[in-house]
Amino acid sequence: MAAVPAAGARPSVAGPWGMAVRALRWWLAKYRRTWRGSIYSVVLSPVLYLGAMGLGLGTLVDQHGTASLGGISYLAFLAPGLMAAAAMQTAVGESMYPVYTAVKWQQTYQAAVATPLRPGDLYRGHLMFTTLRLTMNMVIFLGIMAAFGVVRSPWMLAGVPVAILTGLAFAAPLDAFAVTPRNDQPFNVVFRFGMIPLFLFSGTFFPITQLPAWIRPVAYATPLWHGVTLCRALNSGAPDLIGALGHVSYLVAVIALGLAAGPLTYQRRLNV
Amino acid sequence: MREVTLAWRVIGSDLTEPLGKVTRVPHPDVLISATGLAKRFGTFTAVDGIDFELRRGEAFGFLGPNGAGKSSTMRMIGCVSPPSGGELVILGMNPVTDGPAIRARLGVVPQDDTLDVELTVRENLLIYGRYFGLSRAVIAERTARLLEFVQLAERADDQVEPLSGGLKRRLTIARSLINEPDILLLDEPTTGLDPQARHVVWDRLFRLKQQGVTLILTTHYMDEAEQLCDRLVVMDGGRIVAEGSPRELIDTYSTREVLELRFAPAEHEQAAELVAGTKADRTEVLADRILLYVHDGDAALDQVRRLGLEPLASLVRRSSLEDVFLRLTGRRLED
Repeated sequence: MAAVPAAGARPSVAGPWGMAVRALRWWLAKYRRTWRGSIYSVVLSPVLYLGAMGLGLGTLVDQHGTASLGGISYLAFLAPGLMAAAAMQTAVGESMYPVYTAVKWQQTYQAAVATPLRPGDLYRGHLMFTTLRLTMNMVIFLGIMAAFGVVRSPWMLAGVPVAILTGLAFAAPLDAFAVTPRNDQPFNVVFRFGMIPLFLFSGTFFPITQLPAWIRPVAYATPLWHGVTLCRALNSGAPDLIGALGHVSYLVAVIALGLAAGPLTYQRRLNV
Repeated sequence: MREVTLAWRVIGSDLTEPLGKVTRVPHPDVLISATGLAKRFGTFTAVDGIDFELRRGEAFGFLGPNGAGKSSTMRMIGCVSPPSGGELVILGMNPVTDGPAIRARLGVVPQDDTLDVELTVRENLLIYGRYFGLSRAVIAERTARLLEFVQLAERADDQVEPLSGGLKRRLTIARSLINEPDILLLDEPTTGLDPQARHVVWDRLFRLKQQGVTLILTTHYMDEAEQLCDRLVVMDGGRIVAEGSPRELIDTYSTREVLELRFAPAEHEQAAELVAGTKADRTEVLADRILLYVHDGDAALDQVRRLGLEPLASLVRRSSLEDVFLRLTGRRLED
């Protein structure tokens, strides 16, 4: 009788998420080389924004009365919204050039689909990695908020998963898109005409009611406004349940669309 | 060999087992079989209905110029490109529905190395092995052996980025062996390497062949095909135009020797007309040379001189696959 080979000595095929974990390991191996550098920006960026806008600009805002902000300081108004916006930035950054590099410049995705992994496994594996990055960044963000003394309610703990969902609502569709272009021009468009306007006009820095009425529906349609609004509500105490469910459902729906599209776009690009 | 054995069993079985039983045994040594295999991209046909079989332990090659459909065929075999027509069976499975299970048993050396240049040599093997679901312990043990084999053991903990093209290719070969594949696929394994690096790669591939690893490779280098392939098909324009061992192909499609003549550019055309009068089996007039396909090159050269022609340079050599290709397609391989 031949000896039974040790477990892990023969190639195996696992279920979709088991295969995705194999793809995730590659992103983790890469991140292990760069995490120190990334931590600086993860910490520094919120500190700069909360310092400059929240404390600096906020002092001026607060002098004119804060009734329109719900009676709280501008810093306390800004911080939870900025958390959702930071999740969007993390997600957009993680979903475009890293994916494009893997499929176009280094072709490491092409190497991976020559193994038992399928294109959809690569998509899900990268989304898992983005989720981990979002989790890390949002926990750090919450800690910085606490250091600035603007965590006003224990409900803000739930802001972390809400911000993660907000990030994923960007990552899931953008990651699916990022394998498709033949050059990197579309990414500049997404950054300049997508992410930056959203960052500025989705209620992060001022209530959306300040915008002309005709343009508000655009803000309502973007995942960021839902994330900002829910995070801000959570920092003010127990949120309105129906409203909260509405925001979460919207984010989950966008993520689900991405999850359906990703395996198809990846397959179209990698299995031609 | 296998067929002979089976035939003998039929004859010598004393009818203790029914004959039909023997014929129903699928040939156990056929690892890949393709029938009418085609690949189309929109209106462009890259592979136009090809038939071939790969048997266990052989080194099988696709020889052809760029654009012949070799890489498209390799991608279909590698289960990363669904066939547009025909039938393809790999290890008894269907590449469209059983892709992951088939790929688990293939080793692939792509034309572009597709290594992660930010990671180290060792990390590349670790990540790739993990894609196959292998354990860390198994990968570590194989990594040591494989890096020794491709002579990269000293570079194990170096980043991949600064490695030369030859070293990267050797790492890619080591990576393709991490799952101890049943079949090793090599797409243009030495394209882009300098001559010395090519010879090192050939040497390693030859050793694998000696160890009984089944190889399937594409190349547009005739010397590569002659050195490595037991059997090959010549591809052109998406079709197979000839099949056999390098020796058989040369015997079938070319003469024993070739006389190459080079004349001054001004005399080239006139000389081409005159040599047509020799007894060569065939003459090929290239831009810079005239080739005479003959049994005896030296005798042919004497004959050319008797016609009053004095070439600037002449060379008598054995026929090669390059000549086979020229004969079959009217074009040179590396143009």
